[in-house]
Amino acid sequence: MALASVLQSESVDFSNYGRQRRGFASGLTETELGLESVGGDSLSFALRTSCSNGDGPDRKIEFLHGTTTLAFKFQHGVIVAVDSRATAGSYIASQTVKKVIEINPYLLGTMAGGAADCSFWERLLARQCRVYELRNKERISVAAASKLLANMVYQYKGMGLSMGTMVCGWDKTGPGLYYVDSEGNRVCGDLFAVGSGSMYAYGIVDSGLKQKDLTVEEACDLGRRAIYQATYRDAYSGGQVNLYHVHSEGWTRVSQSDVLMLHQQYQAEKA
Amino acid sequence: MAMSYDRAITVFSPDGHLFQVDYAQEAVKKGSTAVGVRGKNVVVLGVEKKIVAKLQEDRTVRKICSLDDNVFMAFAGLTADARIIVNRARVECQSHRLTVEDPATVEYITRYISSIKQRYTQSNGRRPFGISSLIVGFDFDGTPHLYQTDPSGTYHAWKANAIGRSAKTVREFLEKNYKEDMESDTDTIKLAIRALLEVVQSGGKNIELAIMKRDESMKMLAQEEIEEYVTAIETEKQKKT
Repeated sequence: MALASVLQSESVDFSNYGRQRRGFASGLTETELGLESVGGDSLSFALRTSCSNGDGPDRKIEFLHGTTTLAFKFQHGVIVAVDSRATAGSYIASQTVKKVIEINPYLLGTMAGGAADCSFWERLLARQCRVYELRNKERISVAAASKLLANMVYQYKGMGLSMGTMVCGWDKTGPGLYYVDSEGNRVCGDLFAVGSGSMYAYGIVDSGLKQKDLTVEEACDLGRRAIYQATYRDAYSGGQVNLYHVHSEGWTRVSQSDVLMLHQQYQAEKA
Repeated sequence: MAMSYDRAITVFSPDGHLFQVDYAQEAVKKGSTAVGVRGKNVVVLGVEKKIVAKLQEDRTVRKICSLDDNVFMAFAGLTADARIIVNRARVECQSHRLTVEDPATVEYITRYISSIKQRYTQSNGRRPFGISSLIVGFDFDGTPHLYQTDPSGTYHAWKANAIGRSAKTVREFLEKNYKEDMESDTDTIKLAIRALLEVVQSGGKNIELAIMKRDESMKMLAQEEIEEYVTAIETEKQKKT
């Protein structure tokens, strides 16, 4: 991430406003397809054309848009699976990024977009959640936590925040999963995948979730598989798969598997 | 000695009193009585209706106000002050619903009202609110609550309480007659009415009563219903003597 701070652009550039907006808001429909390296602005569907190796003021580095994070609800809670690669253009800045933020022992947040934005706001959210807990003598609900985060970042709408996060937890109404981004979107759902590799991940999870009642083991495998497949095809995702399981007692870190190891494992299974 | 310490609210007296707050409590003691009883499945608030002038519309004097679907309150003291508190509490209930996506608990809204009251005991040039309030309702998990706040900004939970004129007499009556786990709704309602009858002149006509059963909205009892309870109470009294 050291490279990130060096190359970080300082202010919102409104000449790119339209293009930039699409980048942030459509965390769910991004398909980078390795078009960053193309410097020209002619490709209208290339969402981050301005942030390649150029040094102009309209360059924006959004490392973690090149990412795959996913979370889905199932019978026994929520599975959260993320990759761990950070890229700056076509340079792999790090293979060991922690993209899951542990807000508190029963709430998790994923990271996509600007790393600083995500971790800062989610730490602030952790503080708010703790104060809520102390004042009201009960845990905050996932709905309320995600609402607090969404309201916090909404005040900075249009000022260049980049954050696409999934707030996952378990409260008295059961498992909770919300997608919150810096645009002000806040959506409740059963399944979300965010990042450049999200399309590949969706494919795996959608087909794997056909059977209604998955065991914890099966759900973990599904999450792991989905991230692996995304890293296989998406250049901007890779490293390790970090897997978490959120259940009624809180969250547990299930596993951290190197993608290359998984590749060997799946290949062996095929044979 | 007392005179020089009550000019500015922010000043303590040498013996540790905030005189303005004490005086506010005196104002509360002059207000008409309000009684609250928490039963197992129902919460009841009753107030003494002040005698209205001949030409005055009876309906415009409402001392029991709902704050949300699950919480309502009664007060004793300065009606105008109460109006402000009620308005702010109503807005806060909705704000809570907006940010937290859940109805506010009775304790939360009581805490909010109390912190408003406390703020006014620590501000320059303002006087405290001259009301005590009884706040009742059900939380969304079904537990009934009754809280009382006073002008100093403190609040306490009660099983049954009274505020306003003759509050002491009514409270003693409640202490004698309150039974734990009153299963029957009728018993709870009757207790509230009996407590009020102790201090209200001329019986049921001057009582206003509101009840709330779990998972139902607040219901103001009509005059006839109150009269029914009053007659039932009288008959029971006759039976005993």
